[in-house]
Amino acid sequence: MILHELISYDVLRVIWWVLLGVLLIGFALTDGFDLGVGALLPFVARTDTERRIAINTVGPVWEGNQVWLILGGGAIFAAWPTLYAVSFSGFYLAMFAVLAALILRPVGFKYRSKRDSETWRSSWDWALFVGGFVPALIFGVAVGNVLQGVPFHLTDDLLSVYEGGTAAKFFGLLNPFALLTGVASVSLLVMHGGAWLSLKATGPVAERGRVFGSIAALLALAAYLLAGLWLAYGIDGYHFVGTVPTDGPSNPLLHEVAKGGSWLTAYTDRPWIVIAPVMGVMGTILAFLGLRAGREVSTLLYSKMAIFGMIASVGLTMFPFILPSSTNPTSSLSVWTSSSSHLTLFIMLVVTVVFMPIILAYTAWVYRVLWGKVTPKDIADSSNSLY
Amino acid sequence: MFELGIVELSRLQFAMTAMYHFLFVPLTLGLSILVAIMETVYVMTNRPVWRQMTKFWGTLFGINFVLGVATGLTMEFQFGMNWSYYSHYVGDIFGAPLAIEGLMAFFLEATFVGLFFFGWDKLSKVQHLVVAWLVAIGSNFSALWILIANGWMQNPVGAAFNPMTMRMEMTSFFDVLFNPVAQAKFVHTVSAGYVTAAVFVLGVSAWYLLKGRHIELARRSITVAAAFGLASALSVVLLGDESGYTASENQKMKIAAIEAMWETEQAPAPFTLFGIPDQQARETHYAIKIPGVMGLIGTRSLTGVIPGINQLTQENQGRIRSGIIAYDALMKIREAKGQVDPSVTNTFNEHSSDLGFAFLLKKYVDDPRQATDAQIVQAANDTVPTVWPLFWAFRLMVALGFGFIATMAYFFYMASFRGMRFPRPALHLAVWMIPAPWIAAELGWFVAEFGRQPWTVDGILPTALSVSALSITDVALTLVGFVLLYTVLFIVEMGLMLKYIRKGPYMDVDETDRWDDIHRNRLTGGRGRASAIATPAE
Repeated sequence: MILHELISYDVLRVIWWVLLGVLLIGFALTDGFDLGVGALLPFVARTDTERRIAINTVGPVWEGNQVWLILGGGAIFAAWPTLYAVSFSGFYLAMFAVLAALILRPVGFKYRSKRDSETWRSSWDWALFVGGFVPALIFGVAVGNVLQGVPFHLTDDLLSVYEGGTAAKFFGLLNPFALLTGVASVSLLVMHGGAWLSLKATGPVAERGRVFGSIAALLALAAYLLAGLWLAYGIDGYHFVGTVPTDGPSNPLLHEVAKGGSWLTAYTDRPWIVIAPVMGVMGTILAFLGLRAGREVSTLLYSKMAIFGMIASVGLTMFPFILPSSTNPTSSLSVWTSSSSHLTLFIMLVVTVVFMPIILAYTAWVYRVLWGKVTPKDIADSSNSLY
Repeated sequence: MFELGIVELSRLQFAMTAMYHFLFVPLTLGLSILVAIMETVYVMTNRPVWRQMTKFWGTLFGINFVLGVATGLTMEFQFGMNWSYYSHYVGDIFGAPLAIEGLMAFFLEATFVGLFFFGWDKLSKVQHLVVAWLVAIGSNFSALWILIANGWMQNPVGAAFNPMTMRMEMTSFFDVLFNPVAQAKFVHTVSAGYVTAAVFVLGVSAWYLLKGRHIELARRSITVAAAFGLASALSVVLLGDESGYTASENQKMKIAAIEAMWETEQAPAPFTLFGIPDQQARETHYAIKIPGVMGLIGTRSLTGVIPGINQLTQENQGRIRSGIIAYDALMKIREAKGQVDPSVTNTFNEHSSDLGFAFLLKKYVDDPRQATDAQIVQAANDTVPTVWPLFWAFRLMVALGFGFIATMAYFFYMASFRGMRFPRPALHLAVWMIPAPWIAAELGWFVAEFGRQPWTVDGILPTALSVSALSITDVALTLVGFVLLYTVLFIVEMGLMLKYIRKGPYMDVDETDRWDDIHRNRLTGGRGRASAIATPAE
């Protein structure tokens, strides 16, 4: 097949690096508020009706939103197979915790209101809290570890070996910097969940959503800025030794990588990327102000801008690295050394270009059909068909 | 039987999570379509009983669907977690259908399933019907892409090994897409899902008839289920034959093991109806054979020869020796770091299709080039999967398949030509039959995947090499975690399913009251309503 050579290999790699970001950000923008509402559930809603209001604001949409994560997993597998292999086996126990929490979530949504017992319902409420809080925390912790480099090496056969025993695999991830990024991630998604509740819920639920959301916004901002300072002064970056062909074979071991210098030199090399952290900071501030003032639609948009900016800033800062290795820097995965083949990247791009607009169109239609607030009356009227 | 090393634990975990996932998938595949059919009838006839049916079976669909989604999450990520070398080695090909599944199918299914449950009052009738069909189409397309991925593991076409990246890379997407094994598997698997849903609807409805409840709903449901189920049961058996046919083209060892056919038989080969396979002695005791049948199924001819296990093992010895040559060339290419002698490259290309066979030796020796003759013989013997479980699982599955055809044909006949007067023993049978399609489906997967051993990707990558570099503690921890979580969820799910089946379709009280007033005389003595009230909501 010659067709795929229409787009050169290095361009395809960059496109797929961008698409990886798009999928992760898509997940954070949509399922992010579902996770945030889950994490807020015990605090914003006290009576059963209030809880059902909070749950039903996300009830019809969380399932579609979660596909962003599943698609993200699939796309990493298809476009960045080495990343898929190294990260999920390396973060093995953390991944298990995420999966266990995310498995509880759908069941919690669907089954909670199917029995009247109070114990039954409050058990599922806690399951929903875990299903929101734990993934939000672990995703943030993962980002913190990626920025510091992860202890793994690749053998000559390209088998990935993570250093350290079972305990190190889990508790080793919970270092101070990673906990800080974990706090940033949780508070960012709680802010997003608060903004969503203020738009979709009514009465005390929306009111408490605004209060907790605005506190979370301040916390997210502080954690983000602190992490930025830490990156500037306390954490080494990674760089290639010599030049790397951008269209060479996907084998990390072919090129030497060294640890040292700062990640933030990216901002002198590519000054335009400063737009990402600026969006992150401005978005958080505007979302905070919006939550305080009780504005609804614009606040959610600012919250989205904040999430977009913060996640994008991580990727742009690390480019071209995706997953650096702290113990064997040459094993580090980068855009130029860990992608799929030219043909696979091309085919996946064609499929994405065809289907992504369709997905966005019908998702938008579904949101439009469901537009409007969830009220106590809705809960009373459709007690059987709602969650 | 197992010495529990990292490979066995990983296999156990995968088998457990995949088979658990497949408890929910077949019902989703079939019930989504049955519900959409019922809603279609409702929209066309405007009769409330069909709306009630749609909502009732839709509720059960939802309880089941959610666990399919929850356990599907594990499936998407555990290749990377437990099978990271596999993920690296074939991700370039295997990842694509998984990602396309998300883009094309799962997004559709998951986005509209929310609207299906929440949209009754927000959508017009026709819009809601379209949503129901989109959910059904999404689920079934999902199965297509997953089976394209799985079909590639059974019959790896359209890919080649790249020595520079130490992995398989795609050479033709077209070949991967139109892999005959994948196509046959898709039709067989979704048909099995339709049978599952039909047996489920039939069984639950039969229970209502036995209890004298919800007569109208139950009778109509049986009519739909029996017609749909008969067509699907015929398709699952006939197209199961189709997947036997393709297996014998591509996976000769699997078909020989299923048949416990040790020696190559004279064409057309007989079908062994019963027997006790003996792996040690390499023969089948007490075999009862039907002449000619296997040759006909497997080759569609009277002259086609199906090779036996002993012959295939012999051939595999040759492939292992060829694989060692490929391995040697690969090592030379890797050491040369770009300055490769063209003759080495030629040697590699000549033998690269057997490279995977050299990897079978890694179980016995670090460098396959150092393998002794005895080790080569041993590795060739390893290419024979354990025969007796395959032999029996396959026969039980086929017997159940014929059982479904008979049951569905009977109920179809009684519903269409005997005025729906079902004898009570037949209704009892239908209730007891509910678990059977699940058993058949799990047996089918067992035959397909256990029969593929010792490979994860047939002839390309041995299972023993596919795992992640994890410790036993790591895998044991998650295995225990999944077992606990899944057991609790299974109990919760079954509890809810039974609760909603017992409660019956009277969930929409106002609406159903109205419907009852209009249709009271249609109900047999009003018993349906009375017993619904008598059954308290738990």
